Amino acid sequence: MVFWGRRTLRKDFFEVFGLPRKLGIDAAELQRRFYALAREHHPDFHQAAPADERARVEETSALVNAAYRTLRDPIARADYLVRLEEGRETREGDTDRPKAPPALLQEMFEIQEALAEAKAGTLDDATRATLDEHRERLRARLGDEETRLAGSLSARWDAAAPAERPAVLAAFKDALATRAYLRTVIDDLADALGEREDASVSHRRH
Amino acid sequence: MSRIVGIDLGTTNSLVAYVDEATGLPRIIPDAQGRPLLPSVVAFTPDGIVVGEAARRQLARRPADTVYSVKRLMGRGFDDVRDEARYLPFCILPGEGLVKLAVGGREVTPPEVSAAVLKALKERAERHFGEAVEKAVVTVPAYFNDAQRQATKDAGRIAGLDVVRIVNEPTAASLAYGLHRLSQGVIAVYDLGGGTFDVSILRVKDGVFEVLATNGDTHLGGDDFDRVLALWLLEDIAVRHHAELERDCVDLARDAEAMQELRLAAEAAKVRLSGEERTTLTIPFAGFTYRRDITRAELERLIEPLVARTLGPARRALADAGLQATDIDQVVLVGGSTRVPLVRRRVQELFGKAPHSQLNPDEVVALGAAVQAHILAGGITDMLLLDVTPLSLGIESLGGIVNVLIPRNTTIPTSAREMFTTSVDGQTLVDLHVVQGERELAKDCRSLGRFELRIDPMPAGMPKIEVTFLIDANGILQVQAREQRSGKAASIEVTPTYGLSETEVERMIEDSFTYAEADVETRMLIEARNEADTVLTHATRALRQGGELVSAEERAGIETAVAALSAAREADDRDRIHDATTAVNRATEHLAEVLMDAALKGALGSKRASEILRDT
Repeated sequence: MVFWGRRTLRKDFFEVFGLPRKLGIDAAELQRRFYALAREHHPDFHQAAPADERARVEETSALVNAAYRTLRDPIARADYLVRLEEGRETREGDTDRPKAPPALLQEMFEIQEALAEAKAGTLDDATRATLDEHRERLRARLGDEETRLAGSLSARWDAAAPAERPAVLAAFKDALATRAYLRTVIDDLADALGEREDASVSHRRH
Repeated sequence: MSRIVGIDLGTTNSLVAYVDEATGLPRIIPDAQGRPLLPSVVAFTPDGIVVGEAARRQLARRPADTVYSVKRLMGRGFDDVRDEARYLPFCILPGEGLVKLAVGGREVTPPEVSAAVLKALKERAERHFGEAVEKAVVTVPAYFNDAQRQATKDAGRIAGLDVVRIVNEPTAASLAYGLHRLSQGVIAVYDLGGGTFDVSILRVKDGVFEVLATNGDTHLGGDDFDRVLALWLLEDIAVRHHAELERDCVDLARDAEAMQELRLAAEAAKVRLSGEERTTLTIPFAGFTYRRDITRAELERLIEPLVARTLGPARRALADAGLQATDIDQVVLVGGSTRVPLVRRRVQELFGKAPHSQLNPDEVVALGAAVQAHILAGGITDMLLLDVTPLSLGIESLGGIVNVLIPRNTTIPTSAREMFTTSVDGQTLVDLHVVQGERELAKDCRSLGRFELRIDPMPAGMPKIEVTFLIDANGILQVQAREQRSGKAASIEVTPTYGLSETEVERMIEDSFTYAEADVETRMLIEARNEADTVLTHATRALRQGGELVSAEERAGIETAVAALSAAREADDRDRIHDATTAVNRATEHLAEVLMDAALKGALGSKRASEILRDT
């Protein structure tokens, strides 16, 4: 095991790419900047440097990679922005099981019932159809939520005056919480339908 | 910067390559006989260690002391390989931690066996350059976990090589293709080797090779094709030669030498069936000769489930890359097993386009390793490889649940920070269990090791220990811990679950000198004996099968030559063995022709002459 040296000052992901804290990012331009930074900092090009220098390059390279991974995805980008603004380390819905948004309570109640039924008894065709139907509806709902996050909400943030920002952030948090919740329930439904492969943890690209 | 070579440390064959400064192109370094491939076979003989072709030749004669496919054992524990061990003729010792083998009267670990192969390649390169070679880029399957990568690095150290970079095989292949400007856009690399399977999806643009996702199975390859075919043949033999087996009280499945013959014959038949629709197998056993025809369709039926197993990982890689099969611009085939027509058909069906393999699938990985070596040495500055970690890294938290810190397919290098504290007053030890894998429970993932952090005693909950997990460009984990209040680095004691400790590696480096490779003279003597044995087997068989087809005088001449060679092989005179071998070859030339004629006319059916020659 190797220890690496002193901490470098951490830049935020927007700063890494020299970008303002805005959510509208041109994907091609981001990729261009990423490739340029990767070329500059990748350990491959610093093999002959002293050990501490190599360690620092490695850390910078890791930071550039993490920044790109986060910013290239509009949802991960929004999620990151909220954390950055609030000074938090964890992601929305990362630790606890997310709670149901009030607007979905009635529907969730039905789904939980269907899930309990599926768990208790055998999975007959009728239950399967019901679960499938619920899942399709939730998937559509998830799609809407993601479109809103990446679209209108992100645009609202970019246009907001400083005074309006807290309200936009609150809207983001609601949308992210709803999204996290929907994803959990969709996974539960897939489990109940026996569709998830060997109970793998799903790490989607955010 | 000193010279760096590229090494493909394969399950079946290994190669070493370098980039030629004059042309800027990678080249394989052949052995003295001009052969590019070094069989990854290591024999532990009383005279010393023998590597490569000479070792491969004695697989069937000294099965217990000749190790092959050791790559499948790298970084693994006894429980992981228990099923497979049943089919391996050498002894795997039960025990905790890393697998150990008992061969040639001593215990060795897989990294030591791999080190023997690396050392042979190192010497091959040194002969080529006429100077010492101390640094290498070594390739591993993309889906290798931390322990398997570490084991490969350890093998390098034991061989006296500084492994400056571990590179993933499919990525290395893409570098070789990229250098030839053969690939741009989104490419899928399907890499099916002797023992491992990988699939990687890359975006190649402006000299940057960005891996988007990778998946695979480190226990799936051509070896498995050979095994299913050998087992099927075993059943067939039991039916057809029931009488002989009964008479001689023989259980072939328990006869290591017979099983090796069977495996080698199965492998050879598989290879022939890639080019032909039908082939004949001839295997001489004590008491009877087994002979049968096998068609490509029969082989395909046997290996179909194995080929199907590659499709799941390929689909998962696509999904992880966020792509559809139609988004793939090019499909590249790597690894000897992609010569199997069924594999090509399935890959084509999956991606909906014809795969290409302009570069030799056996050599392309080594060529790519040489390219990466050249990049590290500063010889190439316009190409950059951005690879990913194949498996999610996490720590075991309360209730045995995995808390994922670094998800799979994250670009490396990558790091994650996590805060830990104590739950009891005065606690001085925090124990972290690090695992790799995609399952929710730690017990279902791969245990990498335990990390014990030692800190000064404080009230419960007071310490703030920041632990940083960094996966470097080799895909290998490094861990650092710091107690934030004191700012002191916490000491970490690491117990790898399936690895070698620093002292063990040191001892193995010592051992590698003690149990040195057989010296050149001995090695050549052993090779001459192996050659003699092969020729003796063939001559004896030819006499048995067709002795009555030639004159008594000719038969007597062959028998005399055979007797002379049998006597010569027992002595230590290499030239005498060579001469006697040549004499037997010459004496049997006519008999071989007669046998071939008989075969062409008779029972063997419509076979190509070259094939019959190979069989007899």
